[in-house]
Amino acid sequence: SSWWAQVEMGPPDPILGVTEAFKRDTNSKKMNLGVGAYRDDNGKPYVLSCVRKAEALIASKKMDKEYLPIVGLADFTRASAELALGENSEAFKSGRYVTVQGISGTGSLRIGANFLQRFFKAGRDVYLPKPSWGNHTPIFRDAGLQLQSYRYYDPRTCSLDFSGAMDDIARIPEKSIILLHACAHNPTGVDPRQEQWKELAATVKKRNLLVYFDMAYQGFASGDINRDAWAVRHFIEQGINVLLSQSYAKNMGLYGERAGAFTVICSDAEEAKRVESQLKILIRPMYSNPPLNGARIAATILNTPDLRKEWLVEVKGMADRIISMRTQLVSNLKKEGSSHSWQHITDQIGMFCFTGLKPEQV
Amino acid sequence: MAASIFTAVPRAPPVAVFKLTADFREDGDSRKVNLGVGAYRTDEGKPWVLPVVKKVEQIIANDDSLNHEYLPILGLPEFRANASRIALGDDSPAIKENRIGSVQSLGGTGALRIGAEFLRRWYNGNNNTATPVYISAPSWENHNSVFVDAGFKDIRTYHYWDAAKRGLDLQGLLNDMEQAPEFSIFILHACAHNPTGTDPTPDQWKQIAAVMKRRFLFPFFDSAYQGFASGSLDKDAWAVRYFVSEGFELFCAQSFSKNFGLYNERVGNLTVVGKDTDNVQRVLSQMEKIVRTTWSNPPSQGARIVATTLASPELFAEWYDNVKTMADRVLLMRSELRSRLESLGTPGTWNHITEQIGMFSFTGLNPKQVEYMIKEKHIYLMASGRINMCGLTTKNLDYVAKSIHEAVTKIQ
Repeated sequence: SSWWAQVEMGPPDPILGVTEAFKRDTNSKKMNLGVGAYRDDNGKPYVLSCVRKAEALIASKKMDKEYLPIVGLADFTRASAELALGENSEAFKSGRYVTVQGISGTGSLRIGANFLQRFFKAGRDVYLPKPSWGNHTPIFRDAGLQLQSYRYYDPRTCSLDFSGAMDDIARIPEKSIILLHACAHNPTGVDPRQEQWKELAATVKKRNLLVYFDMAYQGFASGDINRDAWAVRHFIEQGINVLLSQSYAKNMGLYGERAGAFTVICSDAEEAKRVESQLKILIRPMYSNPPLNGARIAATILNTPDLRKEWLVEVKGMADRIISMRTQLVSNLKKEGSSHSWQHITDQIGMFCFTGLKPEQV
Repeated sequence: MAASIFTAVPRAPPVAVFKLTADFREDGDSRKVNLGVGAYRTDEGKPWVLPVVKKVEQIIANDDSLNHEYLPILGLPEFRANASRIALGDDSPAIKENRIGSVQSLGGTGALRIGAEFLRRWYNGNNNTATPVYISAPSWENHNSVFVDAGFKDIRTYHYWDAAKRGLDLQGLLNDMEQAPEFSIFILHACAHNPTGTDPTPDQWKQIAAVMKRRFLFPFFDSAYQGFASGSLDKDAWAVRYFVSEGFELFCAQSFSKNFGLYNERVGNLTVVGKDTDNVQRVLSQMEKIVRTTWSNPPSQGARIVATTLASPELFAEWYDNVKTMADRVLLMRSELRSRLESLGTPGTWNHITEQIGMFSFTGLNPKQVEYMIKEKHIYLMASGRINMCGLTTKNLDYVAKSIHEAVTKIQ
């Protein structure tokens, strides 16, 4: 008999399973509004022009394939920190941060989760917004942490339940970990306004909570990288030393190249060095060192002025197309004669929209 | 500002092998030689991007139909199938019987980790934190960390290297297997044992397999040097294939870092061999869950390069040739080093240098002698006495041989 006789069949992934079902469907009218990857107006994947240019530039340099350091490509991690924090950020300029390259958003989140499990002895609980990206829960759980939630989405209004969130957060025990979506909340598309972020920051600070930001859509949400990073930067300015996970899957279309970064804002550069040394100890037994290709493309774009300019235009282009789809969907629904309020479709931001459709309607 | 939650985070020691390279870089001495980290070097002491890799990268770059979309969780299908085929052989009964599975992983390390995480959760019942894991003494130092971080609490060593006779301690190894609790997990190096370069002979492998079968021990192969060790893919996979032919269920963590020179693209594969299709399917479904919370889906570039190469007869032949180039240079450096040491009359015996196989050689130098080599001769090698043969060139052979001679005669 087999060693694996008792292994249960795992359920299909709820998100990726939708795409599999789509692929199996033979109907000519089929559409896939499931998995989170950008599509152009022809419904096709979009390789950014700045990405193609960066790839050509890289190819012309004929570099070797030597192992990266455990923490990844330095040009990439530095540029990622600057992109998130802003070049004028005191935290960035003083060097009181550590940024390591991670395997896109998931890998970056997991590094942080493992780091917290090992070193954040004060708390085991991670508070997620309700709802959150489906993979957050298993990531933190597999890292050995416990999951809790705070109210976030109000299904009656299809918008933010701000008072509910504030109530719940005000009661989170001190030294718990709270996860916040920096922008373009996944799956609801509902983001706090800036005044609301300010109140959240004040409450979180008062409750002495450890803040972990997941930023998977910088630039992709509003079309403006600074606007999308506003919450992260505000929290840091308020003296909240956050953890941050970044992904370049969507905003640079680098999905399968797995480019991401994990950052810890520290008290000072010396602490950052200690934290970095421990992150290396965590990463080495996971995959030794990260893949170069995506990080090198991203670094080339961020660090080459012309390419960076072009990228900002292209990411805005993607964001604008999404915003225009929202607008047109609402106007078309009205044209179809719907008297239901669809304002949430245009109020929400980013790739996803919580339509309000019930399971039977889905 | 409030006291930091990280105030108590201690500074971790650097990973030894990378620190060695960092120290080497900072060394200003013109005679310096890096015999540390395990990456291939040409006779000019330079990294080598395989010609076939350059060619395939161009093919990929010119293919407008390709984009950067997510791979499936378990990886690129053409990569997975071809990678496992390379390990198990074209005529593998396990492949024919459709009872193999593959998980594209981030290098060999990633494959080991995914395999370890799976075993801890599912191997023999649902909680294997107490299942003993046996790692050879010595082994690649990261093996231990992989299994610790995967949650195993009882990690042991099995006898392997006999320092006195500079060879395999087969009896010690077999004894450890006889004494090991049934169902223990054993990490086996498929070929080119790291760091000793000492592999069991086919006869010895047969003895090992017999004990493991009788005692229900699980074989987890680490195959990081297939092709690179002897120049022959089949020869370097003999042990894995023998175990499969003996009916074992097993894991094999494969790395394409060395044999494809794709170090920084993180190309690896976990091959799973099971009793039947159904078991393997269920295993893969659970592997997906583990992958999803670790890296979601693997990087695309390296897998494409390998898949394209392995799927084309011409490119495969070219790759085989490139691999043989590397293996042959290593073999040449081994014989050249040995002959110089013997000519110098360096105390001790040096046949182990040519009898050992793969990238590394366990020279037998002790820590004091190693320190001498580094500090006085600016030749960097691991404290264990492990040298990377790839760091040797026709230009530095004389200097290295003389330095070893000095170290052995001056320091005891």
